[in-house]
Parts: sequence; structure tokens; C-alpha cells
Amino acid sequence: MAIGDKPKYDFISILIYAALVFIGLISIYSAAPVTQYTSIFDINQVYGKQLLFIGVCTIFIIIILAVEVKFYERFAGLIYVISLISLAGLYVLGKEVNGAVSWYPIGSFTFQPSEFAKFATALAVAKFLSQLDVSLKNVRDFMIVAGIIALPALLIIPQPDPGSALIYAAFFFALHREGLSPWYLSLGVIALALFLGALVIHIGWIILIILSVIVFMYLLSRKRKHKKRLPKPRVYLYVIAALTCIAYTFSTSYIFNNVLEDRHRNRIDIVLGRVQDDAGIGYNINQSMIAIGNGGIIGKPLEEATQTRGGYVPEQHTDFIFSAVGEVSGLLGTSVTILLFIFLIYRVIIMAERQRNQFARIYGYGVAGIFFLHFFVNVGMVIGLLPTVGIPLPFMSYGGSGLMGFTILLFIFIKLDAHRMSYEH
Amino acid sequence: MRKLLLITIVTLVGIIFLGRMIYLQLIISDELSLEAENNSVKTVFQYPERGFIYDRNGKLMVANQVAYDVMVIPRETGEVNLTALSKLLKIEKSRLEKKLADASKWSRKQASVIIPQLTQEEYAPLQEQLRKFPGFYIQRRSLRKYLVDHSASVLGYIREVNQRTIKKDDYYVQGDLAGKSGIELQYEKELRGKKGYKKYTRDHYGRAIESYKNGANDVAPIAGTDLTVTLDKELQEYAEKLMINKRGGIVAIEPKTGEILTLVTAPNYDPSLLMGRDRSKNINAILRDTIRLPDVNRVLQGQYAPGSPFKVINALVGLQEGVVTPQERFSCNHGYNYGGKKKLGCHAHASPLALNRGIAESCNSYFAQVYRRIIESENTAPEGMDIWHDHVTSFGLGDYLGYDLPVGQPGRIPDGDYYTSQYKYKWYAPTTISNAIGQGEVAVTPIQLANMTAAIANRGFYYRPHIIKEMNGAPISNEKYTTKNFTTIDAKHFEPVIEGMNEVYKTGTAKYVQIPGIEICGKTGTVENFAKINGEKKQLTDHSVFIAFAPKDDPKIAIAVFIENGYWGSRYAAKIASLLIEKHIKGEITRTDLENYLLTHSLEYEYAKRISNKPFNINEAIDQGLITDQKEKSLQKLVDSLQIKFLD
Repeated sequence: MAIGDKPKYDFISILIYAALVFIGLISIYSAAPVTQYTSIFDINQVYGKQLLFIGVCTIFIIIILAVEVKFYERFAGLIYVISLISLAGLYVLGKEVNGAVSWYPIGSFTFQPSEFAKFATALAVAKFLSQLDVSLKNVRDFMIVAGIIALPALLIIPQPDPGSALIYAAFFFALHREGLSPWYLSLGVIALALFLGALVIHIGWIILIILSVIVFMYLLSRKRKHKKRLPKPRVYLYVIAALTCIAYTFSTSYIFNNVLEDRHRNRIDIVLGRVQDDAGIGYNINQSMIAIGNGGIIGKPLEEATQTRGGYVPEQHTDFIFSAVGEVSGLLGTSVTILLFIFLIYRVIIMAERQRNQFARIYGYGVAGIFFLHFFVNVGMVIGLLPTVGIPLPFMSYGGSGLMGFTILLFIFIKLDAHRMSYEH
Repeated sequence: MRKLLLITIVTLVGIIFLGRMIYLQLIISDELSLEAENNSVKTVFQYPERGFIYDRNGKLMVANQVAYDVMVIPRETGEVNLTALSKLLKIEKSRLEKKLADASKWSRKQASVIIPQLTQEEYAPLQEQLRKFPGFYIQRRSLRKYLVDHSASVLGYIREVNQRTIKKDDYYVQGDLAGKSGIELQYEKELRGKKGYKKYTRDHYGRAIESYKNGANDVAPIAGTDLTVTLDKELQEYAEKLMINKRGGIVAIEPKTGEILTLVTAPNYDPSLLMGRDRSKNINAILRDTIRLPDVNRVLQGQYAPGSPFKVINALVGLQEGVVTPQERFSCNHGYNYGGKKKLGCHAHASPLALNRGIAESCNSYFAQVYRRIIESENTAPEGMDIWHDHVTSFGLGDYLGYDLPVGQPGRIPDGDYYTSQYKYKWYAPTTISNAIGQGEVAVTPIQLANMTAAIANRGFYYRPHIIKEMNGAPISNEKYTTKNFTTIDAKHFEPVIEGMNEVYKTGTAKYVQIPGIEICGKTGTVENFAKINGEKKQLTDHSVFIAFAPKDDPKIAIAVFIENGYWGSRYAAKIASLLIEKHIKGEITRTDLENYLLTHSLEYEYAKRISNKPFNINEAIDQGLITDQKEKSLQKLVDSLQIKFLD
């Protein structure tokens, strides 16, 4: 830190953070699985605990902001390693909750290391990529970054917690920003399109589309105008591309229909509207939509928010907290919440872009990507647009580890940003 | 470009999500709110107390008692601990499993009865324990309590409604009780009242949290209407006592009002058999008894040849048509030769005789000749037949009568067309001569006979027989039951016939069943009847029939008694009629000899004949039915002996 330079904390993001945490707290209070409300400070109730977690987070925030700014970059590797060890240690000391070994028991509380591995990984990725001699164009460097990202994810998947592992895909945005070849983006989009396409329409149509697009591109590539953008007009290249696409489509389709278990397949089928199962696997989403719809425009007073009070939405205070917002505060509350998230992500991106320091920028993009993916997957699920994936909504879902993980993630960036004028390599 | 990717995606997602929220919370919000209400609002029905049933003297016959049903809402149970629950409910695990599966099949959201009608004692230990089983609860309901051990067939019973009723009438839900027969069915709407409901919000376990909208939508139940019926409890009880071990029925009507004083069908049973835990077993025993047919109301549904009582109608028609005068004598030479292969037989009595003695001696020959004149009074037999038919049906015969009980049969009074369609060739009065003595093609139900008797007692009109007297203490004012229905016979013609009926008691076929101090007019009947036994038509011992009214000049009761295979009218039916008349008018029994005869004689030996697969004698001169012990209520014995394994 340059001497005499006063840190400038970004109050916009802090305010949005505070607003989201507050909305989360009152939503948890509404959704508390009790029939008689007690004081909000009742530590035996989820809302009391959440309030306690908010208090702990405030302490964390003060510590994070007080620590020397260079600490984060300097100790990124160490923090990353510690988080990996804590993830691996779950297989020895972890406690099973709801069928997943994702928690360490600490007294009457539990600690979920995967929530902390996110910021650790973000720090590690930023640290590695910001080294002067590292370039994503270099295959070896790319593989190392991919490894840094994949390692925690691979440790999390077998817990099993595929939802939390999925979040590591968020680093794609950071890598993309830092010069990852656009081919990866294209590949990703094509892979996703083919996968979803094969689910929705007959595989024969997909093959027809693949072949016609490839033939079209081949013909284009022979024209001088497009020569620079497209690969050379070598027939075998296009044939390989076509075969790869077809093989990929077949294999994903095979995996979907034969390897995935029914419960996974159904989650996707329900969102696609291919099966109706409101009593079974579709129960959560159906109940969640009922609760949201019941909220109407301005929401229902607590005694009329029957779905939330009656506990009809399973896991409502954790992953399905957005449905409580929906019923209690209506369209007003949900759109404000969505806008707050969007603005927070915008704000983090803007802040990242104004960093002169590459480490801070990459970290910022990591933060934005993680917030976005959590928001997208969680809210998408709660409002019935995406399959059920069990991940929390940042700042709002009940849970100490989650709240602290996201708080640390954001406030390290706010700290980095506050010192952007003076923070040099 | 690279900077824009995330921002673009975030913006797109934001727009999609906001659009989705508008869809969910604005466009389809109402539908989802409705689903939310279905989810979370529990409707608990409040059952009103079913109306009581009192007899004509205000004596309570049917009241209510509290019972408890164990209910289940299948989707709220979660995983059921079958072992523990079956132990608690004291039923087999497999049966419990089946009941739960059935309930689930019917509706997952709505409540089904698992164990019906527990008593207070059975319910008490459940109350606490059942809380451990989400989705199960206890519903209090009101059941019938019978203060009489007779009259089951006329009172009727209540039972859980079936799916057909639920579909037809949306008032009912699964598990509701409704009248199934008798008065309970006829006056179901009045007796049941109107159930109310309370709405509660509930959590996803089905537990009530609080009153929904502070009870703004709740509806209080409306109590059922108490009915006072026209039956006389004492008379009814006495009549049933006399009918033990006989088959048949009794109807007594108050001629001045058309009120049914007594309506008994035998065999009958204790209405309490249809309540409580054994009710299914008992109901099945009653329904499956195809020999004694206790579920057939013989006085309303049994269509019998009326026999000799029908002669008085022919006498009245003859007088009205002017084909005979009270003084004209007809000869009888042990029968009447009408031109058939065999003459219409008659028993030994003085001859020739006029109307008065004709009735008193029940002379077949006399009435055959009167009948023939009626039919032949017109140009053709069919025309004569139609005239006769119109007169006879004016007594309410051949018609459902329109009384207020749910079952009935019209009987049959043939007209000209009836025979024209039956016979290929032209037919004449002698073809139908059996009608003269109430055999032939005529068929009546005992209640029609009683009504006919009331019309004679009233000298030419009747009120539609009915069972309802007061509702909640207010006399009914239904014109249907307060309008006089006039017969086509002028009042003046009744006197000679009534004198004849009086003579039946004084010197005629019923002279041995006189009641001191009461002028009774009656008519015996001994009705030939046949049954198919192993495909062969066999004659059985005659039915014993009797109609009567009394007192002669101020009739207070008109009665018809029908005893299957009781032989002479005076052997069983007349005795019963006399005793009931005495009981109704005097309130006490002086002819204890008659009473004693009835209480010590059983006709079961007669009924056993046709199922014995052996040849048997009929119309035995001496009653073989003397028994020593008649106390036993025969149905309970039957229920026990059947030992059928029933599903609940």
C-alpha cells in the first residue's frame, strides 16, 4: 500500500450486499419451520442463528478490510492449499447431513469447507494467471489453471455435492476475459446446444442440422472473404468435426437415457415439461411455484402466506428461500431482489474492469462469475426454469458457511478495489 | 468483446427471470393461489345432530349417540408405521394396508374413513396415540340410538354413502351417513339437517395452524329436523310381538286422517343390529337371507291375491252399478257353476242368501254371480271390465298410493285391455270369474288393503296413507295428505256392506274373535297360493288374511293383516286384527286367549315345508304350530347360525 493513500470502499456494492442479507434474514424468519414465532434473537431458531452468522460476518468483514491488502495475493497459494486439505479431510472427519458428507461438526454448528474453497480458488486462479510469464494461450499454463479450478470441484463431486462442484464452471468467465480462445466458448455453446437439442427433438434432426451446418461452413470457408475466420477448407477437418459432433450427441443422449439415474433425468424432464410429477420429484418445484404465485403483486401478510407458514416448500429457508420472498413480498420483492443481484454483478464487473492490477481484475471476474452462476442456477430452479440443483442463493439462503463464504468472497474484492489506485504488483 | 460476454448473459438472465416472475405472480397468480388454498386450507365438516324420531304420542323412538371415525388423508401420512398403527387400531396389518391403499386410490387429498363408528370407550385410548401418525385423525360423528327393538323396516337405517350417491349429490362426501331405507331414507333431507364447516390453515403435515381468515368463511351446521311420525309405538311393539315366527305384515290406518298407526313386516329385526362394530355382519345376514327375505317390506312390496276381503269391493261395485240390491238372494249349491270344467267351489252354509249373509258367510257363489252381472252390465265384457276396474281403482288399488315411504308396488287391477291382450279369442265374464273372490288376476299389497278398509270405514273416501305427522313439533300441512280421495261408490251403498262386515264378527267367519264392547266390521280371507318348488308349481297352505275397522259407527282404526300360509283368515289374521283393535281402542287386552294362541303358535313348520324337499300336506285342519318357547328373536339366531365370514 502506498503511504498516505486512503482506501475507497465501494459503498454501492456494500449497500447491495446489506440489502440482500436483510431481505434474506426476513425471508428466513417468514419461512422458519415453526408454528409460533419467537423473538428474532432466539438462537434456537434458524432466524436467530442467521442473525448470529450475520454478526460473525461483520467481524470477518472488519478483519478482511483491516488486513494488509497484499496479504491476499501473497498467501493465495497457501489459502488454496488449506482449502484443498479441508475438502479432502471431509472424507475422514466429515459429518453426513442429508446423505452428503459436506460438513465438519463444530459444536452444535457445522462448517462446510466447499463454501470457503470458492474464494480460495478464485484467489489461486487470479494469482497464477496474473504472473507475468503465464499466458492462457500457452497450453501448459492453461492446463495448470484448469487443474487449479478442477481440483476442488473433483474433491466436492463425490461428497456428493454436484451442485457446488458445478459452480467452478463460473471461472470460465474470468478465463474468457483473460484471453481464453473464443473457440472454447464456441465449443461450450455448441456442446450445450447439442445436448439440449437432443433432449428436445429427435436425434435424427440434430444430425441433419449438424451436417448441413458443417457443409455450409465448408462451402463458406472456400470463399476468400471468410478464409481468415474459418479453418482451412480441408475436407477431412470438416468430416472430423461433423463426426465428433455426432458422436458427442449420441454419447450425451446415451448418458442421459442410460447412465443417469431416474431422479436426475426427471429433474431435467420436469423442467422441459416432458413429465408431470407434482407429487414426486417435481414436488419441490411445483410447491415453490405455488408459493411464489400465491404472493401475487405485493405479497401476502405473514398470516396469509399459507405456503410459507405451512412449510409446503421443502428446504425453503435454505435453497428455496427465493420462494419465501415471492410469497411474502410478491412481484415487488422478487423483482427488487433480482435487480439487486443483477446490479451487484454489474457492479463487480465494473469494479473488476477498473482494476489496474491484473490479480484484482481476475479475482473480480471470479467473484462476478460465482455470484452469477449461483444466482442463475438457484433462482432458475426455484422459479421452475432449471432442473433442481441444490445450491444456495448468495447472502440470502440460511447457513453460516455459505453466508461467510460469499461475504469473504465479496469483501476481499472490495478490499482489493479500495486500494486499486495504489495497489501495484 | 471479451468484456461484454458476462454482462450480456447477466442482462439476458435478468430479463428472463423478471419475465418469469411477471408470469408467475401476475399472469397465473390466481391459479397458483387457488392451488395454494387447496394445499393449505383444511375444511373440517361440522355435522349437525340428526333429527330425532318420535311416535304419535311423543314417545322417543330414535335418538343419537356419539361415535368416532378414524380418518386418513393419504398424501399427508408419509411413511406409515403399519405395525404400530395396526396394533393401535386393533386390526390386522394386511387389512390396514388394504384400507390405506383403497383410501389412496379414492383420493390422496381427501379424507377417507379407516375405522368407522368407534364407541367412546374404544376412542379414548386412541386420542393421544394417534397424534404420532400424521395424516390420521379422529372425526366425531353422530350415530343412531334406537330406543325401540322393533320397527326396523319402517324406521329404516343409516349407512355410509356409497360412491354413486356421492356422484349424484354433491352434498355428501366420503364417510357421510345417510338414510338407506324406511323413514330415514324418505326424510333424509329433513333429518340430516345441513352440515357446516370450519376452515383452517394447515401445515404440510395436515396439522391445523389456525382458523382460516378468522373463520370468515365458516358455516355453522343446521340441526336436523325432529320428526313425529304417525306410528303408535306401543301398538307397533305389540303387533311385532304377535308376528314373531310368522311371515307377513300388518298395516293399521286411522281412517279419519290416513295416518299409519302400525306398519309391521315380519320377519323383522332389532334396528340396533345395524349399528356398531357388527353392523356389516348383520346387514349382510339380513340382505343375504333369501329364504325369509327380512329386507323385503312385505306390507309395501308384497303383492298378494287379496282373497275374500276383495268381495266387499265387488259388493259395493254391484250396488253402485245397480245390478244387485241388498235384499236379492242368490243360491249356492256348494259352489257356482259358471260354465267351466269345474264349478267355483264354496263351503257349507245356508242357501239362498242375500248381501248381508253373503258377506258374513263369504259365499263364493254369491259374489261370482254379482261379479258376473257387473261385467255383463255393458254390451261387451271388456267394457264391463273397464267399469269394474274404474270403481275398484278408486279405492287406491292397483296404484302406488303415494304414501311417504320409499318402497312400494302397484299391485294389479286388470281392465278390459288386460284380458284382451292376454286372450287370442273373445273372452267373457266367466273367464275372469276368480276376480269375484279376490283370486284370479287381482293383486294387492297389504297397505292397499288397509287403505281400502279405511275407505270403507269412511263410507267412500280415504286420505292418502302417510307416516309423517309433525316436523319439529309443527303438524304437517301437506295437501297430499289432507285431501279426501273419493271412491266412485255413493255413501249410501256402504251401509249394507258394512252391516255385512259387522255380521262377519257377530255370526260369521270371525265370530270367535269378537272383542267385548267394540263393534268391529271385518272380512276374513283365505288365499290360495302357489310356489315353484324345484321347477314344479305346488300349492301351499293358504294365506290367512283379514281386514277390519272399528268401531263401526266412528271408525278409529282400519287394519289389514296378512299372514303367509296361516290358512283360514280367522286362524291367525283375524285374531291379530282383533287384538290390535282392542289394544288401540281400549288400551288393554281382554282376549288373552287369542293373545296366548298367537304367542304359542309358530308357522315356521309351514315355511319349512317348501324347502324340505319332501312331499307335504297343506291346509291342515289342526294347526301344527304349537310351540313352547317363542321368546327368541329369530333373526339373531339366524345371524349367529349363518357364521358367514364377512369383510368389514
